[in-house]
Amino acid sequence: MDQIITDMALDSKIPAGPLADKWTNYKNKVKLVNPANKRKLEIIVVGTGLAGASAAATLAELGYKVKSFCFQDSPRRAHSIAAQGGINAAKNYKNDGDSVYRLFYDTVKGGDFRSREANVHRLAEVSVNIIDQCVAQGVPFAREYGGLLDNRSFGGAQVSRTFYARGQTGQQLLLGAYQALERQIGLGNVKQYSRHEMLDLVVIDGKARGIIARDLVTGELERHFGHAVLLCTGGYGNVFFLSTNAMGSNVTAAWKAYKKGAYFANPCYTQIHPTCIPVSGDYQSKLTLMSESLRNDGRVWVPKTQADAQAIREGRKKPTDIAEGDRDYYLERKYPSFGNLAPRDISSRSAKEACDDGRGVGKTGLAVYLDFADAIKRLGRDVIEARYGNLFEMYHHITNEDPYEVPMRIYPAVHYTMGGIWVDYELMTSVPGLYALGEANFSDHGANRLGASALMQGLADGYFVIPYTIGSYLSGEIFTQAIPTDHPAFEEAEKNVRDRISTLLSINGKRSVDDFHKELGKIMWDHCGMARNAEGLTKARTMIRELRDEFWKDVKVTGTADSFNPDLEKAARVADFLELGELMVLDALNRNESCGGHFRTEYQTEEGEAQRNDEQYTYVAAWQFNGLDNDPTMHKEELIYENVQLAVRSYK
Amino acid sequence: MNFKLRIWRQADSKSNGKLVEYSISDVNPDMSFLEMMDVLNDRLVKEGQEPVAFDHDCREGICGMCSMYINGRAHGPMKLSTTCQLYMRNFEDGETITIEPFRSAAFPVIKDLSVDRTAFDRIIAAGGYVGVSTGQAQDANAIPIEKHHADMAMDAAACIGCGACVAACKNSSAMLFVSAKVSHLALLPQGQAERKTRVLNMVEQMDEEGFGSCTNTYACEAECPKGISVTNIARLNREYIKASFSGD
Repeated sequence: MDQIITDMALDSKIPAGPLADKWTNYKNKVKLVNPANKRKLEIIVVGTGLAGASAAATLAELGYKVKSFCFQDSPRRAHSIAAQGGINAAKNYKNDGDSVYRLFYDTVKGGDFRSREANVHRLAEVSVNIIDQCVAQGVPFAREYGGLLDNRSFGGAQVSRTFYARGQTGQQLLLGAYQALERQIGLGNVKQYSRHEMLDLVVIDGKARGIIARDLVTGELERHFGHAVLLCTGGYGNVFFLSTNAMGSNVTAAWKAYKKGAYFANPCYTQIHPTCIPVSGDYQSKLTLMSESLRNDGRVWVPKTQADAQAIREGRKKPTDIAEGDRDYYLERKYPSFGNLAPRDISSRSAKEACDDGRGVGKTGLAVYLDFADAIKRLGRDVIEARYGNLFEMYHHITNEDPYEVPMRIYPAVHYTMGGIWVDYELMTSVPGLYALGEANFSDHGANRLGASALMQGLADGYFVIPYTIGSYLSGEIFTQAIPTDHPAFEEAEKNVRDRISTLLSINGKRSVDDFHKELGKIMWDHCGMARNAEGLTKARTMIRELRDEFWKDVKVTGTADSFNPDLEKAARVADFLELGELMVLDALNRNESCGGHFRTEYQTEEGEAQRNDEQYTYVAAWQFNGLDNDPTMHKEELIYENVQLAVRSYK
Repeated sequence: MNFKLRIWRQADSKSNGKLVEYSISDVNPDMSFLEMMDVLNDRLVKEGQEPVAFDHDCREGICGMCSMYINGRAHGPMKLSTTCQLYMRNFEDGETITIEPFRSAAFPVIKDLSVDRTAFDRIIAAGGYVGVSTGQAQDANAIPIEKHHADMAMDAAACIGCGACVAACKNSSAMLFVSAKVSHLALLPQGQAERKTRVLNMVEQMDEEGFGSCTNTYACEAECPKGISVTNIARLNREYIKASFSGD
């Protein structure tokens, strides 16, 4: 950890001028590529979630030649599909005082003052265009009886600015983007490669020039050239094994880019979502989120006394046996002005505190109640069913308990990663020609993301940011001919991928990939999860290194390289998680403060709230790979707040 | 709980497959069906055998990636449920469970329980969209949409594209899938400009992919994990006929 340097070369390229004019000024001046030249430029888009599908479709509409890759069997299955609650936009359709500035401010504050002002303001500006675009595509957002769009509230905001399509907002937005993408595929402007996984980035003369992808059906390695490469590959929450991410969600594409020179920013910023269905056993493969929208009507509580909590855990009492006066509605008590809609990091920590205090419920004691009894009494079962019917059904399916009758049991779970590949204002990484969009980048959410902002960011990046900013780079590439893929850089990248695959298949050890993944997940959850401290993190780093060594000695991967082999796919992804985990721990160790989702127990107020250290840590930590045996180099991007006053983040 | 599993094993699309028997014990009733498959696969790996290939991703019933034909039913015995949302408590202790891939000529088997459903993507590419490029939109509230119509469009749009309708149909018809998209967009003002070409092109592509015809058995609706109604098929037929015979 002695290599920390502040690098003046880490240029965020924030345009000059007043905050509210930056994006407009930028767009007025950015270089354009004429239609005849666009036809000659090839762009590789990896990932087909909200960011990837919207980027691929829009760039193809503009006339670029696009190749789109996803590991799933169809672009429609990317994990954005599972987002439930909604998408924020500063439309102020509710006349409740919302504005672009307020969405900007809420997002910066929600991120605990660790995001880049200019990016967040741009995000708030284009949020209104996203809703227009999606409605034009036929996304069936919820409507009021007058036929106009309905909104609801999400955490960290005092206005209703969240648009939604029942509990399936992500699905409907993704299908909108997917259909736009399929339209371009049908027109021949995009070539789609489904069941393909990017396994390396090809860099030639310092610029991103292509990828190595594995056809997951045949096992064949393919070389693809692009004048630019866009990583829209999502987050890395699956490093924890148990998370709300899809089983296939992985860090591999981003990690290969990191190893080829792209800086990885703030990897320790992980969002632990407060309302997930609690873990029920060792066999569990993933966790299921219950949408934050439920906190519009649900009240979070635990018993006031440990005795009552114990009685519930042992099955001697039911939640309905606990009298109103014996319940602790702790969010309403601690944060009266936001109540049950306190932001995610704060709500999660409060749940952990209550359980650590011996007042958790459920068999394991690692759960709190989310109770709808009052709302059902006030509004009637029909209204609750119309609002959350599919979520209640999902909960019932999984737990075999009826949430209309007994309160839901919830507990925090890993959900989203604010950290990611470092990008400048143009979404370009530290490798020229390589971009990162959506959850894969680090840029907009600081140390904590507000609910309903991930969908907004993915679509902002894909529909409205990259189509402009990519011109800045590609206008200089119009004379670059497509580089033949027999170039030595392609040869070498492919050879490295091939070697890694054959090594994985040749170890023939005793432990399955899942064994290693679960062990890594436990280390990360115990030491780099909701609460961290220097001692635990230091220990975790050693444990991860040992586990990684053991993986490469004792993992058992079945099947062959040249066939459909899900076991091999998983092994390659877990191998990368075993490297990423160490970087997360290192980043968490470096940041001697608490902010947002990064809570260091050494740095808290007397009331147990996160204590930032603005003087020393108002920066982005962007890590540069130096080989696995050496510490990475940290580059700092100082965060400059010209418009927002750094304040203690209060939701009281 | 203990089960005897009969699982379809097929090395690749060209090989012949067969049902292979496995037994599994100490299954927790709260395990999901796919977690039970994980446990089996973990054991197979440790025994040096190839695990059973099956498609799955979100495990929340929304991505549409999981499939499987369980005891003769697409997504197994539970109504309105995908395979990933199925729990072992939905089965009897000691039961024999037969697990096969979704079967249809238009969904070739890739390996074991994984099938190729890209035909669905090609049907969407043929017309399942509103042809609006980024940046062309007007203000979102410029067109009020009657709530009832918006709700019906949402009902149809809830399709997850899993293909259970095809697997359940004796004719391997994809009418429920196609009709859901046609209905979603025909019910909304945004979908009107391409209403006729959309239905004609999607149906043409559907036929080209080798899906069968609809003979109104409603097996698709019965097995659809999202409860997509066959009234959408009636709408598809009306839309198709109107588009075929209209004069302009």
